[in-house]
Amino acid sequence: MCATCGCDSDAKVSIHRVSETGLLNVENLNLTPLKEPIPYGAENHNRKEITLEQDVLFKNNLLAERNRGYFLAKEILALNLVSSPGSGKTSLLERTLKDLKGNENFFVIEGDQQTSNDADRIASTGVPVVQINTGRGCHLDSEMISKAIKQLNPQNDSILFIENIGNLVCPAMFDLGEQKRVVIISVTEGEDKPIKYPDMFQSSQLCIINKIDLLPYLKFDLEALKNYGRKVNPAMEFIELSCTSGAGLSQWYDWLKKEKLQEHSVLV
Amino acid sequence: MHEFSIVMSIVETAEEKVKEHHAHSVESIDLVIGALAGVDSHALDFAWDSAVKDTVLQTAKRNIIHVPARAKCLECDCEFEIKELFDVCPLCGEPLLQIVQGKELQIKSMVLN
Repeated sequence: MCATCGCDSDAKVSIHRVSETGLLNVENLNLTPLKEPIPYGAENHNRKEITLEQDVLFKNNLLAERNRGYFLAKEILALNLVSSPGSGKTSLLERTLKDLKGNENFFVIEGDQQTSNDADRIASTGVPVVQINTGRGCHLDSEMISKAIKQLNPQNDSILFIENIGNLVCPAMFDLGEQKRVVIISVTEGEDKPIKYPDMFQSSQLCIINKIDLLPYLKFDLEALKNYGRKVNPAMEFIELSCTSGAGLSQWYDWLKKEKLQEHSVLV
Repeated sequence: MHEFSIVMSIVETAEEKVKEHHAHSVESIDLVIGALAGVDSHALDFAWDSAVKDTVLQTAKRNIIHVPARAKCLECDCEFEIKELFDVCPLCGEPLLQIVQGKELQIKSMVLN
């Protein structure tokens, strides 16, 4: 078992569709089926060296590319939302879905270790949502997404938000097949998060700085955060906003529109 | 941490290869881990023992080939070793770097028996 967050081989993952009235169906999968142990060879008469030079995450990356192809063919803009716990991913989603409902077709995959609380919040907006509970797992992977989209069946020409587990370390390594990765940080966190968790900030294309309505009460240096962010990722885009006051949200909506159009133009 | 998932992926590949080659188990395995692969050696050690239990890797000797990270400056083209993703070019001070080495996370080879 992992000492840091408790991932273990017995972790059961469940993926289920959540409606406004509750659970629709539940699928349990044990992601780590161990075969019967193979007895250790007493003699080495069949000793054989094989060369692989294979990426450890080869399977995840392969399945991620398959997901990406599915999204591309269906003109779905898939976004992977990552952050620490409590940065406001779900609040941003709720606000976005309420504000833009009617303009775009949305679908949501929620990732949490336990509970369907976040999916319930999303379901109450009327947007189709699937909850993935990873049990003790600390990140979503491309296989979970592949199974979740089968249940969700997102329609063509839509936007799919994938809310990853609140964790700035592990989800950085796992490509889900998304077109863009959006990292969210709130101003109640430290400005130096980008250099503390460089893998996540390097692999994201957009950084949303949330809860800016709290700035007057905090000693938070926005420019310092952006400078750290650019140090790790010179091409990083930034949007400052507050889901509470609504400040900056129009920039985020413009960004979504722009990315959606690009998704279209790929196929033209 | 994700190191457990990583070891589980290695176990899965090892199980497949053992089956494919009609072997019994893995005697040794060589892994290549880059300095910027995002894998913590201590966490990997910790995850390894519990993840390989009752698998073909249980008694395997694990060799890790560590690869230092190198980057190329996109401004002046010079190549140099880096320690962190946010290091800057030692010649021109620019942060625009292309990582050329150090992200590797590979199973290089295995000895089956």
